[in-house]
Amino acid sequence: MQKKYGIEVDCANCAAAVERKLAELDGLESVTISYMAQKMVVTYADGVDERTMLREMRKVARRIEPDFEIEG
Amino acid sequence: MKKRHKKALARIGSAALLLIVLHFLPVEGWLRFALYLVPYLVVGYGVLRKAALGVVNRQPFDENLLMAIATVGAMILGEYPEGVAVMLFYQIGQLFEDYAVGKSRRNISDLMDIRPDYANLETADGIAQVAPETVAVGSTIVVKPGERVPLDGTVLEGVSTLNMAALTGESAPRDVAPGDAIISGSVNLTGVLRLRADKAYDDSTVARILELVENASMKKARTEHFITKFARWYTPAVCIAALALAILPPVVRLGMGLPANWGGWVYRALTFLVISCPCAMVISIPLSFFGGIGGASARGILIKGSSYLELLAKTDRVVFDKTGTLTRGSFEVTGVFPEAGVTETELLQLAAAAERYSDHPVSRSLQQAAGPLPEAMTAADAQELSGRGVIAVVDGKRVAAGNLALMRELGLEPQGDSAAGTLVHVAREGQYLGRIEIADRPKPGAAGAVAALRHCGVSRVVMLTGDRAQAAEAAARELGITEVRSELLPADKVAELDRLLAEGESGRSLAFVGDGINDAPVLARADVGVAMGAIGSDAAIEAADVVLMDDDPEKLALAMRISRKTMRIVWQNIVFALAVKAVCLALGALGIAGMWMAIFADVGVMVLCVLNATRALVVKNL
Repeated sequence: MQKKYGIEVDCANCAAAVERKLAELDGLESVTISYMAQKMVVTYADGVDERTMLREMRKVARRIEPDFEIEG
Repeated sequence: MKKRHKKALARIGSAALLLIVLHFLPVEGWLRFALYLVPYLVVGYGVLRKAALGVVNRQPFDENLLMAIATVGAMILGEYPEGVAVMLFYQIGQLFEDYAVGKSRRNISDLMDIRPDYANLETADGIAQVAPETVAVGSTIVVKPGERVPLDGTVLEGVSTLNMAALTGESAPRDVAPGDAIISGSVNLTGVLRLRADKAYDDSTVARILELVENASMKKARTEHFITKFARWYTPAVCIAALALAILPPVVRLGMGLPANWGGWVYRALTFLVISCPCAMVISIPLSFFGGIGGASARGILIKGSSYLELLAKTDRVVFDKTGTLTRGSFEVTGVFPEAGVTETELLQLAAAAERYSDHPVSRSLQQAAGPLPEAMTAADAQELSGRGVIAVVDGKRVAAGNLALMRELGLEPQGDSAAGTLVHVAREGQYLGRIEIADRPKPGAAGAVAALRHCGVSRVVMLTGDRAQAAEAAARELGITEVRSELLPADKVAELDRLLAEGESGRSLAFVGDGINDAPVLARADVGVAMGAIGSDAAIEAADVVLMDDDPEKLALAMRISRKTMRIVWQNIVFALAVKAVCLALGALGIAGMWMAIFADVGVMVLCVLNATRALVVKNL
């Protein structure tokens, strides 16, 4: 399942770092973050609960970049 | 200005003020340190926190760390004003960067201002203004003059003119009447239209286009990946180099019996760190691609990702599908050649009458050329002979209209040959009356488009077609194309494309241009698949890498020029940033450049690169 989220991130490098870290999470097939569009596209693995995963992603992202916001 | 911009600006302003005040304050020792610490923390807190977080997360090597080490080092060395100033200017740079990116994003969304705000839904109690997302398929909506068409639909009632400039980049208006399918995003100019909504908002053209442009920045180009990778190796390398610069020379000096001068060398190492910050490239490159894609979409060219923009810039072979791409894709009468004693009108009318009930494209072109037929010309007993033509009784006489094979069956041996098109021979009661030439004409801009491509440095333009060799050659001659592969079956087109792909030099790419309807496999195989006139065709938008919204073939050359300009900007920024860095690094290591110069060079290069990157958005006069 692929989902798109609006995000808020204020530096290109942080976006890249968050993307790298999120990609390591189990349950995500792929993560692409566009700093330019302030959008994130996530492909969830089958059978993964979106809400739980979203919480996990926020946690990981904030560890790297405290101002990182995922909308939705 | 956003809240976070205001906050940053307030911090920068107060820190700058404090720095100036402190400069004139004659304090010494620990008090001096404590006083300078205030502006340093005010402006640098965010950077220090991020650097610390990076270390905690074991991903320490980024520009925050570089800046943190450099400024903390400067503070320890007692160079307080330098420490504060570096942080201050770094933050100014960051603010500028953030602002510039936000600005480009807004510019692009202004350019792509096609989102409808509301729909006038017809309900039992009159017309209600609702959000386009809520309109169900099959509902009736009303679009008044000056309003944007909110959903793809079919006109039920009303005649009007539509402006599709926001979608196709072309300002020529289009007339619509009941029965016509119209697409969302166009603006209704003259009359009130009642529409049946054929698609929900999310499946409508507008939503799909916006989605596509937005997703484009997700498909990163090789250059972008290169920079991300580069930054990952670069920062650690710089840190190690700085460490070496701080330790090795003093140790060597000690070994030679000279004073070590630790402070001096550490200062040089810190300067080195400030200079090496890769921000200029990290931000300006995606910004350039973003601008190029946004600018192109404003001209009716959708590029589905930075990677395709990069490939388009390197394209040296362009392969066209003929029908519907270079030619109009519909037949029209291009010549009428009656035998002696027959008029042109008579010949056309007879052929049109006989073909009246056929829905073959040939028939349609004949009807169009002949216009309304006189009463007497009514056909009866029409008999369609597949692959040969039609025989019908017109005005009491048997009329045959068809190809050479049909004429031969009737015992006739007509003369004449057509290079470009198809011939329809006409006979009445066994007597040959003449022939009509029907051809698929090249589009008006097609020859110019081929010339423009050559001008862009495309070395080979190849035309693929399922058409007869003769017709293909004739069209190619008219268009200025020298390489033609004709009489190809769909599978042959794929094989032919593979051959052309294999013939290319490495580092160069091949673009295939088709109408996207039945050439999806070829589109997918080419380095860059370009679908033309794809507006309203979901399949084409899906299959292609680059979508030309209208069917003007000249847009391809424009897309290439936009891509080239973007890539030029990208490389200018890479070379410029690296060159300035290299010079400054050398000067810093030699102790000629101090920290002030380092931070000016760093922020200056970044600002220049960002400004240069925003040029990519300007595609008006390309």
